Amino acid sequence: MKHLRNPFVQVGLWTAAITAVVGVLVWTVPWEPESASTAAGPIDTLYDVLALISAFVLALVTSILLVAVVHFRKRSPDDLRDGEPIHGHTRLEVVWTTIPALLMVGAAVYSGLVLADIEESKADTQTIRVTGEQFAWTFEYPDQDVRSGALHLVEDQPYQFKITAKDVIHSFWVPQFRMKKDAVPGMTTDVRVTPTRKGEYTLVCTELCGLGHSTMRAPVVVQDQAGFDRWAERVKAGREPQAGGVVPQQGSGGQP
Amino acid sequence: MAAVTTAVHAPPRPGPRNRLTAPGWIRAAWVSLAGAAFCFGLVVGLRAIQNYEPLIDGNAIVTVMLIGVPLFFLVGIGGFDYWGRWMIGRPTQPEDHSDHGARSWKDYFRVNTDHKVIGIQYTVTALFFLLVGGAMAEVIRAELAQPGQQVVDPNTYNGLFSVHASLMIFLVIIPIFAGLANYVLPLMIGAPDMAFPRLNALSYWLLPVAGVMMTASFLVPDSGAFNTGWTAYAPLSTDAPLGQNFFTIGVQFAGTSSIMTALNFIVTIITMRAPGMTFWRMPLLVWANFTTSLLVVIATPFVAGSQFLVLIDRALHANFFDAAQGGDIISYQHIFWFYSHPAVYIMMLPGFGIISEIISTKSRKPVFGYRLMALSLLAILVLGFTVWAHHMFVSGMWNWLRVPMMITTMLIAVPTGIKIFSWLATLWKGVLEMSTPMLFALGFISMFTLGGISGIMLAAIPVDIHTSDSYFVVAHIHYVLFGGSMFTIFAGIYYWFPKMTGRMFDERLGKLHFWMTFVGFNVTFGPMHWLGLEGMPRRVADYADKFAAWNLVSSIGAFLLGAATLVFVYNFIASWAGGPRAPGNPWRARTLEWQVSSPPPIFNFDEIPQVVGGPYEYGVPGSVHAVLNGDREKVAVGADGNGHAAHAAEGNGNGAETRRE
Repeated sequence: MKHLRNPFVQVGLWTAAITAVVGVLVWTVPWEPESASTAAGPIDTLYDVLALISAFVLALVTSILLVAVVHFRKRSPDDLRDGEPIHGHTRLEVVWTTIPALLMVGAAVYSGLVLADIEESKADTQTIRVTGEQFAWTFEYPDQDVRSGALHLVEDQPYQFKITAKDVIHSFWVPQFRMKKDAVPGMTTDVRVTPTRKGEYTLVCTELCGLGHSTMRAPVVVQDQAGFDRWAERVKAGREPQAGGVVPQQGSGGQP
Repeated sequence: MAAVTTAVHAPPRPGPRNRLTAPGWIRAAWVSLAGAAFCFGLVVGLRAIQNYEPLIDGNAIVTVMLIGVPLFFLVGIGGFDYWGRWMIGRPTQPEDHSDHGARSWKDYFRVNTDHKVIGIQYTVTALFFLLVGGAMAEVIRAELAQPGQQVVDPNTYNGLFSVHASLMIFLVIIPIFAGLANYVLPLMIGAPDMAFPRLNALSYWLLPVAGVMMTASFLVPDSGAFNTGWTAYAPLSTDAPLGQNFFTIGVQFAGTSSIMTALNFIVTIITMRAPGMTFWRMPLLVWANFTTSLLVVIATPFVAGSQFLVLIDRALHANFFDAAQGGDIISYQHIFWFYSHPAVYIMMLPGFGIISEIISTKSRKPVFGYRLMALSLLAILVLGFTVWAHHMFVSGMWNWLRVPMMITTMLIAVPTGIKIFSWLATLWKGVLEMSTPMLFALGFISMFTLGGISGIMLAAIPVDIHTSDSYFVVAHIHYVLFGGSMFTIFAGIYYWFPKMTGRMFDERLGKLHFWMTFVGFNVTFGPMHWLGLEGMPRRVADYADKFAAWNLVSSIGAFLLGAATLVFVYNFIASWAGGPRAPGNPWRARTLEWQVSSPPPIFNFDEIPQVVGGPYEYGVPGSVHAVLNGDREKVAVGADGNGHAAHAAEGNGNGAETRRE
């Protein structure tokens, strides 16, 4: 067991142990909310892979740090020794420049592939126009000629959201879909989402837009085609609100 | 705060002056009042000529005053006296160095051209605003401890996080590095002062102007503080009430201060190095401030520009960012981030320099891979200008720009990684002294690694699409700016405290401060990662009930951090007032600032030193970094066999004299 006292061996063991513990946490604890779109899976896997690499890097750094503190600590105030005058080690420096560079290029390529995957245009995509304003969302369905303050979607139907804003910048985010895009006055941005799980979610504004920013949310319902059709009929008949309820401005310093 | 001066540090002041016209607070007060009256008259007069109604328009008057009164104040306090005399052809005051050095605490409240006085002015001002900004953070966390509205209304809340961020960035982190470097950098390179001492004084006095302006915005009637975040995205900022101008204009003063100081550092480092102090013999703190200053002079004009555009939109309706009038909203973000991403490195590179000094000294080892450490700073400088649009992956900018920006953002981790690995290798086989500066330095390495890692996750576009503008980003920036920058700042303050004040700090309280900060920091900001991933957006006064538990934990951590800061403040004040006297070189360090008394003599060195070797040659037998007066013979007999150096030192007496003029 003598070699266990070797600081290099200790760094290796600690790194492996911390990476294992953090790795298990990364892969077992659901860090993100439930996934409800086709984008969620690839994004979560990318996140987990990056988190695992990160866990290893963090484990390596903290292990070296802690082992160095334990092994090379000054023992008494009278200990006036200097350390070994090591000025560098070219091969080592090349290694810790090259390996992170390769890792980063790998991470960039992987991210690029995931990006292409989640933004891919699909057949039979329906378009929904989204308008943000202080402090409400409005959704327009050109195909059904429907306008609503709630976002109703059909399960497994690909959508393209055409997003704009009336006053200031807002941002469209449904955490369960993992997708987000800013709503910018004067231009139309777009984001593609294919919902995959029935349920009720919340769309939140993630770009500071004034006093009502915290409460600028809209209900999101993913349902089957029949349910959606019934809802669209009710909206047309005027039995559902046609636009998002604007949250009254609080305080006196609201935007004009 | 106790006087820290000795007779050596200040020559007698010349005879009595007329207090009403002499530079100082009395003149500053009446000149500022006159300036306010002038601005009032200017606005009202112009409106009268144009027949505008109403004649007295509060917004217009306040806006003009925000620009004008600080300039009058700077004239009054004495920031322009020398140049003013020169410009109007009056005899300039002979440079008798009467405004060098500090005789009493009062001298820190006057215009002073001594880099050591300015360094302390900068540092203490920044620490004051750290407490102000920190108090705002405590109120923010109190409000966020539970869902719903308890402590402040949404307008105040938005003002609090906006002013908190603006103060921490523009009044704390950026200037405190300038303050520490102001104090130690001329000493480190063997210079008697900065290259432009009067410019140095002026750049300091711009700073309290900016800080007071941003803080005072809470007092604006019917508006309150600017509440559009420190990013002040248009068109929210162009439509916001009057308080916004306190940011838009305050940034100009802070930015001008930054640019002037950076120019001063660049010129000082290029022209004021002692003989023998080649670039490859400069301590890494000097390298770090050199690259930082380059970043500042290139990037800061862009934030100034972005805020001027907002100001012009607000005041003159130029409609740069009004989409209905053909304005381009996204362009604000491009201009803003072209400064504000390099700004992250402006807020980090000087800290890298501090850590290199401390790790080397406290491990008694040369910095591992010194040249690569310097080169990696330059790599960060160059790459730092190619990553700004990673803040805009979901902004609606051109899609094609995203992937190149992701690649550069990930690559910038490489030079940063080089630095972290080199520090770790410097620790290895050293003799580590685990005192307070070292604890903060090691805390920095681990926490900054975490901040860097979450940065790489945010660089990955698909992950960023999910986490952008969520609490994950809040966690990330605090791991970088608190776990990174603030830890290096605390490390640097403890490390140079004996040099700057002439007193030793209380080591036990220092350690208590570190551990409370380390725990409090992680409890506060760690949970924010999960909150963000779970779907909590940033900059919200209220949140869904499912986020309540982690928010409460985070708030408890924030209160612990606040308590830790009180320990620091007590230690700082009590040690400065009554700590044991510090020897010249308590850490047995080898860089030049430690080779003179604590605090150093008024012109730093009796004779300009002769540099003969690297700054970190711990453990190298017979190594010498520099030769100061009295040690000449050592080199003459050839401590490292360098007869040439001795000769150069001999011939340098005159050079040193010339530099002091």
